Amino acid sequence: MSDPILLVENVEKSFGALRALGPISVSLKAGERLGVIGPNGSGKTTLINCLTGTLTPSAGEVWFLGRKVTDLAPHRRARMGLARSFQIPKPFTGMSVLENLLVPLDHLHDVADPRARAMEVLASVGLAGRAGHEAGGLTQLELRKLELARALAGRPKVLIADEAMAGLSDREIDDVLAILERLNESGVAVIMIEHIMHAVMRFSHRIICLETGRLIADGLPDAIANDPLVQKVYFGEQARH
Amino acid sequence: MTAKTSLMTAAPPPAAARAPEARTLVFCACALAVLALGAVLTQTIANPYVFFAAFIIVQQVALATGWNVLGGYAGYINFGATAFYGAGAYTGAFLLKAYGASIFLCLPAAALVGGGLGLLMGYMTLRVQGVYFAIATIALVVMMHTLVLNIDYLGGASGLALMPPEPPAWTGGQVQFVFLVMLGIAVLAVACARWIEISWVGRGFRALRASEEAAECAGVPTFRLKLSACAISGAILAMTGAPLVFYASFIEPETVFGLALALNAIAMPLIGGKKSWPGPIIGAVLLGSVQQAATITISSELNILLVGVVLIGFVAAAPDGILGLVDTLRKGRQ
Repeated sequence: MSDPILLVENVEKSFGALRALGPISVSLKAGERLGVIGPNGSGKTTLINCLTGTLTPSAGEVWFLGRKVTDLAPHRRARMGLARSFQIPKPFTGMSVLENLLVPLDHLHDVADPRARAMEVLASVGLAGRAGHEAGGLTQLELRKLELARALAGRPKVLIADEAMAGLSDREIDDVLAILERLNESGVAVIMIEHIMHAVMRFSHRIICLETGRLIADGLPDAIANDPLVQKVYFGEQARH
Repeated sequence: MTAKTSLMTAAPPPAAARAPEARTLVFCACALAVLALGAVLTQTIANPYVFFAAFIIVQQVALATGWNVLGGYAGYINFGATAFYGAGAYTGAFLLKAYGASIFLCLPAAALVGGGLGLLMGYMTLRVQGVYFAIATIALVVMMHTLVLNIDYLGGASGLALMPPEPPAWTGGQVQFVFLVMLGIAVLAVACARWIEISWVGRGFRALRASEEAAECAGVPTFRLKLSACAISGAILAMTGAPLVFYASFIEPETVFGLALALNAIAMPLIGGKKSWPGPIIGAVLLGSVQQAATITISSELNILLVGVVLIGFVAAAPDGILGLVDTLRKGRQ
């Protein structure tokens, strides 16, 4: 595989005296599927926020496509091709589904026909029929798909899917997984942050596990599932006996 | 469903997306018609009071539209509209006193001052949100008011009486002329607001109003956009203030930085609807007309009470204004 397209080097994030993350080093290669797991409060969302620029690390560096982006604003990273979806969907209410996708496309100059591109992406996630509907009126599954579609509109190189399947039924999870798999097959690297273990195990090439802000495991899905430390973090000491 | 089949069943873009050029042409024709109607009225109506009252109502339209760029589209409630309005009014007064400047020179100068003030305020305050931003805008009014009170050249607390230059003969008189200028400002403000609304700028504003974090992560330069909103809003509000001294031949800080104007600037978009450009116009025409009627028939002091009561009523019963209410009723029927 090629060099990493996304690189986190010794990143730390503290809020006052509380260290929420790190020091942590992680890399992602082009086209890779990386699963990120860990219990609540383990620092997963803080890591994502440091990657996307919503938070500035207290220490360490973030590199994307060979460029240091540690201090770069989130909108600049997004334009470079670092897209994310949110744990709790954040649709642009008061706008149609189509307009939600035009927002990122407005800021990209290499898209000849933004409306056609938006419709193409909506079709690819199964939301074409809802293009003219108000985004606030979508179902939970549709909101999840809209989050993904908005992230995909600008042809990202990396997609960070933050609990994109939370609250969905098994059939709906399959639906979202199929979208992510198709996307990955088109060359986009995907970081999946997820609590639904069968989904993350099925999807990921590699998984990292965080606990209290630190990386405690990094490996293939099977190795992670059998890692005693990961089992202890998830199921407690007794589960190992 | 595969991507291929989805693409095949893709619905066409919604009707609202079609033919924006045609709508813009209709809008331009209407704007020109309004200006032409104003010019015709100055030639056909003899009673100057009509233009004194119409100036105030049209000024309210420009004021409400200017406020709505930041308060409505970007979602940043600005209690400091009078700081910008006053800056424009005193820019006009200063240029008239110092150089005998024409109103057509005072307008761009006021827009520059208001835009600059907006940028400055935005740069210092936009990193805070919600109530803290609103408090900062109140502080700006107090600062501007205090500044003017302490400048003797601008008349200090006593105000400043000035004689404006003669208006063009074809306008029929000073008040008719100033009314036409204010009508032009209002049309320009509404055209600017409409452009913002239908362009990528308005889409960016709506996105950041819905979720600033999501907008930023979607590639929207939220801080720069908010700064632009402050500057555009400030420029329109200041331009609205610039003709005041040409209208009244007198200017004083208590009036231009007063509560009545500040309250009106907020109330009108809230009454009409903040989400689209016709809202502030509806609110301004309704409230401005009622206020003018109340001034003649009851008392000019009743204005603020009237605004307060109407504002509370709308906030409680129709927080999205008249347009929002109409929209809700229409959806209910469907």
